[in-house]
Amino acid sequence: MAEAAIGTAPVHSRLLAGSRRVWTEANGIQRAAIVVAVLLLIVAAFAPFIAPHEPTAQSLIARLRPPFGFERYKDGYLLGTDELGRDVLSRSLHGLQLTLILAALGATIGLVLGGTLGLVSGIAGGIVDDVIMGAVDAQIAIPFTLIALLTLAIFGSSIEVMVLVLGLYGWEHYARIVRGEVRRLMAMPFIEAARAAGASGGRIAFRHVLPNIVSPLVVQFTLSISNIVLLESTLSFLGMGVQPPTATLGSMVGIGRDYLPTAPWIVIVPAVTILLVTFAVQILGDWLRDRADVRLRGR
Amino acid sequence: MLRHITRTLFKMVVTLFVIVTLVFFATRLSGDPIDYVVGQGITQEDRDLLTRYYGLDASIWEQYVRFLGSFVDGQFGLSFVERRPVADIVAERIWPSLQLLLSGVALTILVAIPLGILAAIHRSDWIGSTVMTIAFIGYAVPNFVLAVFMVLVFAFTLNWLPVVGNATAWHFIMPTITLAAGLIAALTRFTRNAMLDVLSQDFMRTARAKGLSEAVVVLKHGFSNASITILSVLGLQIAGLAAAGNVVVEAIFAWPGIGDLLVNAAILRDFPVLQFAVLAVAFAVIIVNGAIDMAYAYADPRIRLGRA
Repeated sequence: MAEAAIGTAPVHSRLLAGSRRVWTEANGIQRAAIVVAVLLLIVAAFAPFIAPHEPTAQSLIARLRPPFGFERYKDGYLLGTDELGRDVLSRSLHGLQLTLILAALGATIGLVLGGTLGLVSGIAGGIVDDVIMGAVDAQIAIPFTLIALLTLAIFGSSIEVMVLVLGLYGWEHYARIVRGEVRRLMAMPFIEAARAAGASGGRIAFRHVLPNIVSPLVVQFTLSISNIVLLESTLSFLGMGVQPPTATLGSMVGIGRDYLPTAPWIVIVPAVTILLVTFAVQILGDWLRDRADVRLRGR
Repeated sequence: MLRHITRTLFKMVVTLFVIVTLVFFATRLSGDPIDYVVGQGITQEDRDLLTRYYGLDASIWEQYVRFLGSFVDGQFGLSFVERRPVADIVAERIWPSLQLLLSGVALTILVAIPLGILAAIHRSDWIGSTVMTIAFIGYAVPNFVLAVFMVLVFAFTLNWLPVVGNATAWHFIMPTITLAAGLIAALTRFTRNAMLDVLSQDFMRTARAKGLSEAVVVLKHGFSNASITILSVLGLQIAGLAAAGNVVVEAIFAWPGIGDLLVNAAILRDFPVLQFAVLAVAFAVIIVNGAIDMAYAYADPRIRLGRA
């Protein structure tokens, strides 16, 4: 009865029921992660409206001012200012927004690219499979930080190149997962039945195989968001990511490092923001993985 | 066994060749390297002279063949910035990198394997969950954030530890911990899972039933069986993670190793150095992976005796 009621209910109340179920199944830490993730998303989405200052607006009379509650605090700069008198809070908000946009784009490109290649690899088999899996092995063999540094040095550190680099990061995981699942599914009777009924290769791929591999892909997508945030902030920290004056969380830590002894807040605020993002996403990703993977439930 | 070795070696050579080719052609996509050497404002004659000096007057294929040849004669060209042989510059950096890498991996093994075993034995009580929480934190904290906080506390606030370079043993502490943190997290998780797989096997119950002490059961019967799986991950994941981590850690602490060189070459667009340093690290990772793969094959009697 309950299922029938959910089935006929309007979309918004079905969503509500779904999220209520997720909430009741989560433990304390996972609930905290959900709250933090939602807050971060809201704050990032409305960053330009929340931020009290322009992220690149400099003020020579308000340089290196500490956050609220410390001596020499300047009104209106809640979390202090950096070496050029820019508002650390506003820069962190905009940096968070950019970091999350880059991560979402990168993870999506990786998902589409790797997913397609994995699908092709698994369905076609033979030499196509060998070539694609050879590329996967080659990419796993080299630390991706090296590929990223080389690519950014060659093509320059623009936002477009950054998206490309982040999109190339992790496609091999999707390709492997999809290929494995496809090969498992292709041996199942219902695929044979579909083929016997005259379904084309494309129809089998999108109609019969794809819906069955959504859940491992969602898990991998979540985990790769946190990996991409780490990579993006590491590259920006090293000075090879998005270039100044545009704020990203990593570059704020990288540049602020020079002022660590005298103005540690320039580093602490973006660093803590990075930690919030990676912790929340990682906790949610692990949780999704455990839910999706029956074998791990006992552990 | 012989077949397995040949196949592994063949795969290694193919991967290396693909990487060398990709790196060569990718680097050439960046435009005329002479622009990076001197920038604008030189006469055409000087430009031609430099083009010949760096061997850029030949066709791209000729340059490619010469580049492949450099792996035979060891002439990898000159740095754009330092104007001396790339091979010399990289060679100076190998030992410091190796020192940091070895101390980081040693710390990782010393901490992660006992922690992983502990977490597996205590999988359902507070000891296990504490260990796994620590491992989770190590995994989710980026190494540069950890480094910056350690520098803030131990160097600037407490004045205990030095920050830059590798002059004394004290200089090793923060870079080694930074490098090891992420590796410890990964290896602890993996050791725990490998141990859990083994601990639930029938022969563990048999060993206990024979009246062996718990330590012998867990370490001798359990860990020696899990160690094969652990060895494989140590090669496949840890080697790559350690190489990538080394790059970042060296750049943070101005450690005079290959990673620091690599990041600086990327920033200055010193392509001969960048190209060679990337290849050096990639080669090292692939060779270590290959070696561990063979050790793994040797440890597995099904492959060693040629039945698989």
